[in-house]
Amino acid sequence: MPTVTSPRARFHDPRLDPLWDKVRGGERLTREDGLLLFDTDDLHGLGRMADHVKRARHGDQVFFVLNRYVNPTNVCVLSCSFCDFARKPGETGAFENSIEDVLEMIKPGTREAHIVGGHHPDWPFEYFERMIAAIHAARPETQIKAFTAAEVDYWWRRWKIEPRESLTRLKAAGLQSMPGGGAEIFSKRLAKLLHYTGKADADRWLEIHGIAHELGIHTNATMLYGHVETLEERVDHLLRLREQQDRSGGFLTFIPLSYQVGTTKLVPRQTPPTDDLRTIAASRLLLDNFPHVEAYWVMIGEETASLALHFGASDVNGTLEDEKIAHMALAESPAGLAREQILRMIRDAGKIAVERDALYNVVKVWT
Amino acid sequence: MDLSRLDEIRAKAEAGKRLDRADGRWLLTEAPLVEVGALAQEARFRAIPARQVTFVIDSNPNYTNVCITDCQFCAFYRKPGDPEAWTLTVEQVLEKIEFAASKGATTVLLQGGHNPELPLEYYLTIVRESRRRFPSVTPHFFTASEIQTMAEVSGLAMPEVLARLREAGQDTLPGGGAEVLSERVRKRIEPKKGGPRAWLDVHREAHRQGFRSTATMMYGHVEEPDDIVDHWDAIRELQDEHGGFTAFVPWSFKPGNTLLEKWIKTYKGPSTYLRMLAASRLYLDNFAHIQASWFSEGKRAGQVALHWGADDFGGTLFEENVHAAADYVNKTTVDEIITLIRDAGFTPVQRTTEYEILREY
Repeated sequence: MPTVTSPRARFHDPRLDPLWDKVRGGERLTREDGLLLFDTDDLHGLGRMADHVKRARHGDQVFFVLNRYVNPTNVCVLSCSFCDFARKPGETGAFENSIEDVLEMIKPGTREAHIVGGHHPDWPFEYFERMIAAIHAARPETQIKAFTAAEVDYWWRRWKIEPRESLTRLKAAGLQSMPGGGAEIFSKRLAKLLHYTGKADADRWLEIHGIAHELGIHTNATMLYGHVETLEERVDHLLRLREQQDRSGGFLTFIPLSYQVGTTKLVPRQTPPTDDLRTIAASRLLLDNFPHVEAYWVMIGEETASLALHFGASDVNGTLEDEKIAHMALAESPAGLAREQILRMIRDAGKIAVERDALYNVVKVWT
Repeated sequence: MDLSRLDEIRAKAEAGKRLDRADGRWLLTEAPLVEVGALAQEARFRAIPARQVTFVIDSNPNYTNVCITDCQFCAFYRKPGDPEAWTLTVEQVLEKIEFAASKGATTVLLQGGHNPELPLEYYLTIVRESRRRFPSVTPHFFTASEIQTMAEVSGLAMPEVLARLREAGQDTLPGGGAEVLSERVRKRIEPKKGGPRAWLDVHREAHRQGFRSTATMMYGHVEEPDDIVDHWDAIRELQDEHGGFTAFVPWSFKPGNTLLEKWIKTYKGPSTYLRMLAASRLYLDNFAHIQASWFSEGKRAGQVALHWGADDFGGTLFEENVHAAADYVNKTTVDEIITLIRDAGFTPVQRTTEYEILREY
């Protein structure tokens, strides 16, 4: 671990002084501390503390992966109020990809395939199992990161296949890790308000990740913010993730997802970049047991993602070819970036770009 | 990393002591970005205590793209006789100003290439008629190198040209064309332009005659940190003489469609921009205003920049052709500017060309 010298800090908001002592002392922050992180107007103070933690873990390194985004289908039985991606069966814009289609999308040499989709009412679990096996056979060099806990839960709801069984079988078929989607915000109030009661709730989402971790499947975690949630709900979401990580320890990275207004328009416009930076910094500080916090450029834009590397983020996800969920919600970022652009995003922030695989093994340090 | 320097710089800034070149270089190269921002915000609130951010309703039309100077960073100009070369008549220019006035603009920033065919009377008529027909618009016309061109074409001395523009009704000059005020940089990217001396001479004379002007910088090409510090020193010294600069406005070089594109493929990103703004706020201790832009680096980077020492958000730019020629296009409305400033945590305030407050939102 690199030695870290931190500047003699002066906080514009003196309430951060005791937190800084805790952060430097490696002491865990409380819920109250978390609320303060979201309440303070001292953006630089947040950046200073989060950067300290990030540097202690990763120095100047920032990670990325060459990945391909694959959505087998956007057909979904749910009607979550924040989603521009889902379509009902037969609706205009609905798509259903065959296994051959999916294989076509994953070019030889792809390091990571990120595979998520809607809750398709007619596709049996075995279809997904065959899909993973086929990808693994055709592209042994590609690591498969597939299916959110919400999808795993849906196989139980629809086909009564227990998560432990589905995950065991998928792992045997070639699944390497799981993405962190479907968490949304852990809040009963919001689940009701935004019509996502029909999918895995907080307890179930965390339970499924715990099972995955037990089975040796690493996973990610997310939080959808910047819509109608309260700051308390953000903090509570982060703390539940931290508790789960204490229990099962298999989370690799946390990815805050900035809500895309698109056509669902829960709020008039996207939350400002200062809120993205704050959320990333607060996440880095609260999630003291997560290896990485990510700046997801697809949703916050390349500029803010690059700046977030000074606010605790140590990962920018990847090239994400053909991303659809954010782009169907009218995200302004390009759908996929070349490696050169990813390198530029990292280097402009003065950081060292490290190409990784899905499990954070180092592929190449780009000097 | 030697971070005791941070405390030294803070102590100097708080005591009103001037930063030296070594401080400037350190802020540009080594200081942690978050810390530069924190120091710059302290300085910004000492200079402008109100939690407000100003903007101007303006337009940036051009009267000609004909230019004989061949700057390597420019995608806008065409040589005389080029099939894509164009020059507007006085009436056509006035139509552009009329359009801006009809949209509520209080400033028109008019600039163009160095076109040797245009007589001094052309420029003077535009100023006179603009003032007469559109009194609500401040004519913020002609950068230093265009003033030089007018002097060459007319055979008059540069101070005389400025005096005639002033007589015609002009009170302010835009600060464009400074690029990086360093001889080394000039030789490399704009050998045919007057360079640092000429730019500074025009602004010095303008300030002496009572004009106000802005100082700009286009960074992110061949300059080194020392060149930036040279630039700061030059404008800081000039500001000590007459106090005529209203604001400092940096932006990044956009390589699209320029001769330099062969060597420089992309523009510097947001971290460099924030650092430039914040370090400038600290170094340029005699400048009241540092302008960030929603335009030149993207709206979201522009919002963050308001936390890195800037207190002004630039203008609405109803028309803009120079960045557009480099394939860089960004558009907004007054309503959007107000929203962007508010979302970044500040009160939006409409200002004039000379930074007088018109309206708080």
